[in-house]
Amino acid sequence: MKYLDEYRDPGLARRLLAELHTTATKPWALMEVCGGQTHTLVRQGIDELLPAGMRMIHGPGCPVCVTPLELLDKALRIAERPEVTFTSFGDMLRVPGSNTDLLALKARGADVRVVYSPIDAIRIAQREPDRQVVFFAVGFETTAPANAMTVLRAAELGLANFSILVSHVLVPPAITAILDAPDCEVQGFLAAGHVCAVMGWTQYEPIAARYGVPIVVTGFEPLDLLEGILMAVRQLESGRATVENQYVRAVRRSGNTAAQDAIARVFRVTDRAWRGIGTIPTSGLGLADEYADFDAERRFGVLDVHADEHPDCIAGRILTGAAVPTDCAAYGSACTPRTPLGAPMVSTEGTCAAYYIAGRTR
Amino acid sequence: MTANPAELSCPAPRVETERVLLGHGSGGQLSAALVREVIVPALGAAAPAGPLEDAAVFDVDGVELVMSTDSFVVSPLFFPGGDIGRLAVHGTINDVAVMGGEPIALSLAFVIEEGFPLDDLRRVATSVGEAARAAGVSVVTGDSKVVGRGAADGLFVTTTGIGRRLPRARFSAARPVAGDVVLLSGPIGAHGVTVLSVREGLGFDGDVASDTQPLHRLVQAMVEAGGSAVHAVRDPTRGGIASALNEIAAAAGVGVVIDESSVPVPAPVSAACELLGLDPLHVANEGCLVAFIAPQAADAVLAAMRSVPEGFGATRIGRAVLDHPGRVTARTLVGAQRIVDMLIGEQLPRIC
Amino acid sequence: MCLGIPGRIIEITDGGVVMGVVDFGGIRKDVCLAYTPEAGLGDYVIVHVGFAITTVDQAEAERTLEVLRAMDGALEGELGEPLPERSA
Repeated sequence: MKYLDEYRDPGLARRLLAELHTTATKPWALMEVCGGQTHTLVRQGIDELLPAGMRMIHGPGCPVCVTPLELLDKALRIAERPEVTFTSFGDMLRVPGSNTDLLALKARGADVRVVYSPIDAIRIAQREPDRQVVFFAVGFETTAPANAMTVLRAAELGLANFSILVSHVLVPPAITAILDAPDCEVQGFLAAGHVCAVMGWTQYEPIAARYGVPIVVTGFEPLDLLEGILMAVRQLESGRATVENQYVRAVRRSGNTAAQDAIARVFRVTDRAWRGIGTIPTSGLGLADEYADFDAERRFGVLDVHADEHPDCIAGRILTGAAVPTDCAAYGSACTPRTPLGAPMVSTEGTCAAYYIAGRTR
Repeated sequence: MTANPAELSCPAPRVETERVLLGHGSGGQLSAALVREVIVPALGAAAPAGPLEDAAVFDVDGVELVMSTDSFVVSPLFFPGGDIGRLAVHGTINDVAVMGGEPIALSLAFVIEEGFPLDDLRRVATSVGEAARAAGVSVVTGDSKVVGRGAADGLFVTTTGIGRRLPRARFSAARPVAGDVVLLSGPIGAHGVTVLSVREGLGFDGDVASDTQPLHRLVQAMVEAGGSAVHAVRDPTRGGIASALNEIAAAAGVGVVIDESSVPVPAPVSAACELLGLDPLHVANEGCLVAFIAPQAADAVLAAMRSVPEGFGATRIGRAVLDHPGRVTARTLVGAQRIVDMLIGEQLPRIC
Repeated sequence: MCLGIPGRIIEITDGGVVMGVVDFGGIRKDVCLAYTPEAGLGDYVIVHVGFAITTVDQAEAERTLEVLRAMDGALEGELGEPLPERSA
């Protein structure tokens, strides 16, 4: 595939690795905050090939991982209603709530359907006017424009049987929260390429300046990741800390202003709980008042559903890089990809699942 | 697997032990668990011990027969490259073939949902007839039942195949040893991606068609060339080649290393997998097979495969090794090793 | 939420919301093009959950590869193959 395969060239990957090996003189710790990047790093084994001492800490870049327990329980409460057709991206189906998950609910007869795009949910709502169609709007800023357009379209069409359950999270506040943590080990960041394609990278400039950490906007293919890591390491070796762009073919500094406008129209910034981490102020999106009618939480009266995250679960420390899965008492025994307890084991790019599949033991 | 609530240090959702999930049918870890932990123990002494294979081999008065059964529940029923009828014939023929059987006869059972269009039933039956005729196999007996609306997804088809064991074929998942060469008969991923392409919600148009085809002639060519040097053969249906290789690695107690860049994936299949976030190694196939061959016979068997139409794309993809017995690893594009795991449950398209 | 794939626009229809058909190496899908108004037939866009979120700058794409190709190939020869694995 054009613009994909070229960035997987093994020969060029080896050159980048060689350059990295001669450039890095210290055991730098970098973090990527994007599930897609984690996926490539783990699947290609790139994190195994880094110069001795260097490591990639997998950040909370997977919206599946960070959707709070409470929101999962709301989703489950809504999905079990007989009049509801609950639509969702595939990733979310096996994420455990307090008692069950969407896939198990489907086995019990709930109308839960996987969709590729929120547009598909709109189409279902148009085709099946007797069903209450709910879309689970999970994601970072990358997915917000799609969900915004969907709400605008639903409003235009006057769809009374469509609503969304919003679980959007924003990356820059998460990075700040990680950097503020007392046990933070991260010295540089790879910023998520597609998040930045939408939002640009201006929000990261004050972070790089204030905390003195290099931030490199990076793509998703093996060459992108290796080049992004190299750029970050070069900055660290020379004591610089700025925002650079590796993913030049897709990202501009100001981002996609049409997409940003749609987000600003349909959503407003809210505080948001991140599973295992806790509430991070102004780190999420909720529906703006003008579109409150499309809020599934309101429509189905689940605003008061509360769930307490278990205090002993260390998913939060995994997600900030402070701990590794093998530090967890339940890892590999009570908690496995077949019987996941927390989100980093559910998602195939979650750190715990990656460790488990690689055969790492306590 | 039971979990003691008092010992858990993470939130413990109720593990789904009471009901069957869709994932139990997907050919991966859950499917294997369903058979191993629920069905086989319940059968008790009626089920002979031994590794779980694609077909059974048994002796009737000195004649070795191979028998296999399979149910076909594919949705949608009609897709580019085939339909449930074709699938039902090829699937069972292939299960008999990969256990070293020359397929002779099939039984055919329909479970039909009330309201199912007669024209569609005719189409499927015609397809069955054509596929069986082309494969040189007879449909000798059958059954049909009708169930109430909603109780079946239109049509379910079950075929059982009987064959005669090829004298020189001694395949078993337990036979491969370290040093064996792993061969793949052709490109992967076409069937699974095709079926997904016509499914609601994930639809796309593409130059993809199911690869469903009978493989018994291919297997016969392999046996003629390699005889008992052909240790194991599998047709990787649900769960893809990842699951098939893992099953053999576990049964034989060998490690398997494959070179990811040598596994042929057609461009549109690759593109569809990118779009949906699927791993081609986990995608279902209906027209290819993997085989473990003793190294000295590998070249001859490969040449024999390439000499028949069903195996023109045959290629080496890896080896069985002493390291990491029971596990499959792949050499990635950038030269690292990664674990290739079995599919867990239903393959869900991801967006992350 | 990052799974964005590059594809080529082969059809554009303007029926209220700008929609198009994008070709990804042989697979074609309906895509909403509302957020990439500057993209025309034949241009490449990155598509995420059915929406084009940015255009691919073909010149920059090529420049990235040129920079990488220009990297010192002698180094990989020096280090040999495979590259040293870091001790786990």
